[in-house]
Amino acid sequence: MALALGTAAIVLLALLSELTRPRAVERFARARLRWRTRSRGTEQIGYDPGRERRAEQRARALLRSCVNDEEWSMYRDLGFLRVWGGSDRRAGGHAATGASLDLVGEAENAEPSPAADRITTDAGAGEASYAYLIYPHKPIVAYLPQTGVLLSEYCVAFPDLTRPYGSARLPDSDDVLAKWMALTADERRLIADANMHLPGRQIDPDRIRRDLLRLARWERERLYHDGRGASGADSLRAA
Amino acid sequence: MKLLRLKPGHGEIVLAEGDVEVPEQERELVEAFRRELDAGMWAAVPTETHAGRREAELVKSFAEVPRDAERVIFFPRAAGGAPRTAASGR
Repeated sequence: MALALGTAAIVLLALLSELTRPRAVERFARARLRWRTRSRGTEQIGYDPGRERRAEQRARALLRSCVNDEEWSMYRDLGFLRVWGGSDRRAGGHAATGASLDLVGEAENAEPSPAADRITTDAGAGEASYAYLIYPHKPIVAYLPQTGVLLSEYCVAFPDLTRPYGSARLPDSDDVLAKWMALTADERRLIADANMHLPGRQIDPDRIRRDLLRLARWERERLYHDGRGASGADSLRAA
Repeated sequence: MKLLRLKPGHGEIVLAEGDVEVPEQERELVEAFRRELDAGMWAAVPTETHAGRREAELVKSFAEVPRDAERVIFFPRAAGGAPRTAASGR
């Protein structure tokens, strides 16, 4: 009797499992698909503004720790960095002059930068007759600080092909830092790796001229405040 | 010394950290350094000249990193699409 009941129970269980198995398999497959879609979504599609903002904050802190106070203030206040040309003296000279100067039209009526007379002291015995403007995720612009003449645009990017979070783009300040490091370390190499174009290809020349005016004004104000600070300190010392 | 890497969507991440005077830690730093270079990264050391001017130095091996450097920053190599010449292939 017991044997018969046990056998019947086993048969019943086998039948029930056969009946429910397709549904269970289907549910499991659906759950797996949902889980995969969700994880792919966060990796490739999901744009998280909070994450991007935190990344940018970290990038700004790192940039600030690498460049000097004047450069940091310039980037913070104006949104771009100026780097004097000819810093790559280890590689043996200038990269941006030469061919670029042939492409220049007549001199434009831009206001010379107050820092233009400091070029010789900053970059060495009268060598840096040109400078670069570094914008985040835009070409590097070469120009003549004394006249404001735009020389050329150097299109260069630093794509991270591993594409973490689905994007190859560095945060803005990291892009500026990468350009600054590459330019100050090996100007010639960076310029050789870049695509050179006439001014205006990607950045509106009027915008650059406006930025040069803003830079000149910013430097004047900075010199004025520094001078006032210095004279204040002198008078305090004299007192 | 810290090895940092610039990363999209994150900012910098610390790849390795250690004292170059401790052989085991130095070995770890060297391994991490090689991994990044093999992955095609550029390595730069932020420096300051005697005149107080800030700049960076690109390094191609761990031996080129100054022993007193506080950090080495790795970032993706520049891509501009310009044809490479012998001079630029350094």
